[in-house]
Amino acid sequence: MRKNIILCGVGGQGTVLASRLISAAAMARGLPVMSAETIGMAQRGGSVFSHLRIGEGIYSPMIARGEADLILGFEPGEAVRMLPWLKEGGQAVVSARPVMPVTSTLSGAAYSAEEMIAYLKEKVANLTIVDTEKALNDVGSPKVLNLILLGAALHAGALGFDETEMRDAILARIPPKFHELNLRALSWAGQQQAAK
Amino acid sequence: MHTEFLMGNEAIAMGAIAAGVNLVCGYPGTPSTEVLETVAKHRPEGTYVEWSVNEKTAMEMAGGAAYGGARALVTMKQMGLNVASDPLMCLSYIGVKGGLVVLVADDPGPISSQTEQDTRRFAAFAKVPVFDPSSAQEAYDMIQEAFALSEAYGMPVFLRPTTRVSHGYASIRVKDPEEYTRTVPEGFVKDSRRWVIFPRLSYQNHIKIEQRNERLAEAFSASPRNFILPAEGKMKDCRRGIATGGFSYTYAMEAREQAGAFPLLKIGNPYPFPEGKAVEFLKDLDEVLCIEELDPVIEQALIYVCGKYGLKTRILGKQTGHMPTAGENTRDSVADAIRLFLGLKAVKPAEDTPPALPVRPPVLCAGCPHRASFYAVKQAMKGQKTIFCGDIGCYTLGNAQPLDMVDTCLCMGAGLGIAQATSHLEPDTACFAFVGDSTFFASAIPGVVNAVYNQASFTLIVLDNSTTAMTGHQPHPGTGRTMMGEIVHCISIENILKGIGVETVETVDPLNHALAVETVRRVSALPGVKAIIFKSPCVVLARPQGRVTIDPEKCIGCRKCIREIGCPGLSFDGKKAVVDPAQCTGCSLCSQICPVQAIAGGEIHA
Repeated sequence: MRKNIILCGVGGQGTVLASRLISAAAMARGLPVMSAETIGMAQRGGSVFSHLRIGEGIYSPMIARGEADLILGFEPGEAVRMLPWLKEGGQAVVSARPVMPVTSTLSGAAYSAEEMIAYLKEKVANLTIVDTEKALNDVGSPKVLNLILLGAALHAGALGFDETEMRDAILARIPPKFHELNLRALSWAGQQQAAK
Repeated sequence: MHTEFLMGNEAIAMGAIAAGVNLVCGYPGTPSTEVLETVAKHRPEGTYVEWSVNEKTAMEMAGGAAYGGARALVTMKQMGLNVASDPLMCLSYIGVKGGLVVLVADDPGPISSQTEQDTRRFAAFAKVPVFDPSSAQEAYDMIQEAFALSEAYGMPVFLRPTTRVSHGYASIRVKDPEEYTRTVPEGFVKDSRRWVIFPRLSYQNHIKIEQRNERLAEAFSASPRNFILPAEGKMKDCRRGIATGGFSYTYAMEAREQAGAFPLLKIGNPYPFPEGKAVEFLKDLDEVLCIEELDPVIEQALIYVCGKYGLKTRILGKQTGHMPTAGENTRDSVADAIRLFLGLKAVKPAEDTPPALPVRPPVLCAGCPHRASFYAVKQAMKGQKTIFCGDIGCYTLGNAQPLDMVDTCLCMGAGLGIAQATSHLEPDTACFAFVGDSTFFASAIPGVVNAVYNQASFTLIVLDNSTTAMTGHQPHPGTGRTMMGEIVHCISIENILKGIGVETVETVDPLNHALAVETVRRVSALPGVKAIIFKSPCVVLARPQGRVTIDPEKCIGCRKCIREIGCPGLSFDGKKAVVDPAQCTGCSLCSQICPVQAIAGGEIHA
């Protein structure tokens, strides 16, 4: 297996933990993993990304343009920003909910999530848009967007790991008092599919 | 040996532990911070770890440990090396007994630094050998070699990762605890002819250092850290080669997989430069492109080698316009440069015009007490001639709109110097210096002494959030915790200021907006040096659980809350202000400035 995944969003959304959980699942399967992410000043509300590369024969943790198999977008505009890194025929799983940049809140400049999503729909055939508001309401916590998205990618067949592997990663990497909430968030997308 | 998934900085720490390190000290700075934190987390018995008050003290600590035969590691970012350069330069001349590794993380970009200075260059200036890792695995292996080399030659040795090496993660092979080296230091042995630096000793040691570095250059030429990959396959007659080092090596290798196996020289020890290995690489090539970040160190070394050995190879890179002179390399920029250099067809990115994307500069967190502090000073000083001298830390972000409260930012502690100089030359300006609590201890105290004694007039604002926030919440002398896990007596900023002779020192909760504004008005009008300590914990650490709510019936949509404080937890839905419950901490600054009391809930700070 060889897989290049980009997780992107806004500082504080939990991209790093999501990246770490996928890495843990890959490690458990005995696969080599490399990753790189934004740490430091840019974390404070800036655009952040995590590059994750799984498989043999990899030198650099960074992904080149047109090389990502999957973009996990925690924010529609940030997913658009990273789109040049998606390979032809690659898959994207994107949260529908925008995070308003302070700059546009202040200037009143329009930032429309709908416009971003329309663009993603035009460019990415294999696209899953996640209804974040509903998901967070159903799960009952505003803090688990990362696990909701991981679950959505899992159920869209985009991760390359199955639900048991991801559950094991959560149990291994997250403190016990948060297990129940995170497992619930992971399974949300599956329940939506089942309900349809 | 076993496999672990480690951040580059964690790998460096585990390498130091495997090398039997006895003392680790440093000062936090992105991208170096996690090295010391990881050692502290795993601290083997008998290892001493501390966050020192600044890099100079840390370097002196590490030198002292190595005098006694201990293995010592000192960690800092590249800017920190400037602070520590005085002891480092002298340690280079005096030498050490135990292994001393100086870990300095460079920051191409720069991503979170003031300069793009290159520690490989500093190594040459200080005559100290340097290891330049390209990956977490190499960093893990190199730090162990660096300890051994330092001890064998009795000199400090640099390990210089860059941001992507320090912060990248990889599954790497590491030693089991049974395989670790154990170091039992002999202890300090009195020998004033060795440990007391005098001009005559410096002269004698200078001769020895130059001879030693010639021998080291030869040793590095024979070391597997500096190697040549020959041309192979369809490239086997290629007379163009790539010389590279550090993280750029990984980009060059990815390009080599794609473009074909061109000849490649990897430099893992840029100083003393492995000339022998370079000659072996250059002699059969017409042109070499150098791919490195920050300064053209390899490039200039190769030009020097060509001159010294009469080689005709053309050396290309930053100085010939073939590579950018500033900023980070990327997978794509390196692949494109190599294809162009080899005469291969360029890979064109798809032409496309995505919708305009929002700019997201970093901002102070929702609920950050620094926002309230800046806003209080701004309100109090409205209409007056002012200068607001900022400093290094999260609070540098006070420069962003709408606060716009940082007129200068230079280096740690510099705000005090700038404010007092202005006060001497422009007596009608109300001068302010803002400094964080960790920065206060690290580098502001001499500035206060200077100001009080030399009769400057300015207001020192200490933004005390009880942590070193920007680098990830390290303890400092005001927090009462040490890296050895001890709970100790805090050093009081207030007492220090009073001890120096600052007569007015007031401590206020900045989130009590009315009181904060009144205090600034009153205190800043006093003559001489005066101080206000705005004390309120960092929200990322304290995690307050409050939330404000906005009553849409009462909100008149005036946008004052948004316009005035720029909190990322507030936005405007077109008619009314709305709160993002995922970000709000309930600091209630917005509710204190709402003209119609539409915002309720959160904490009471009156």
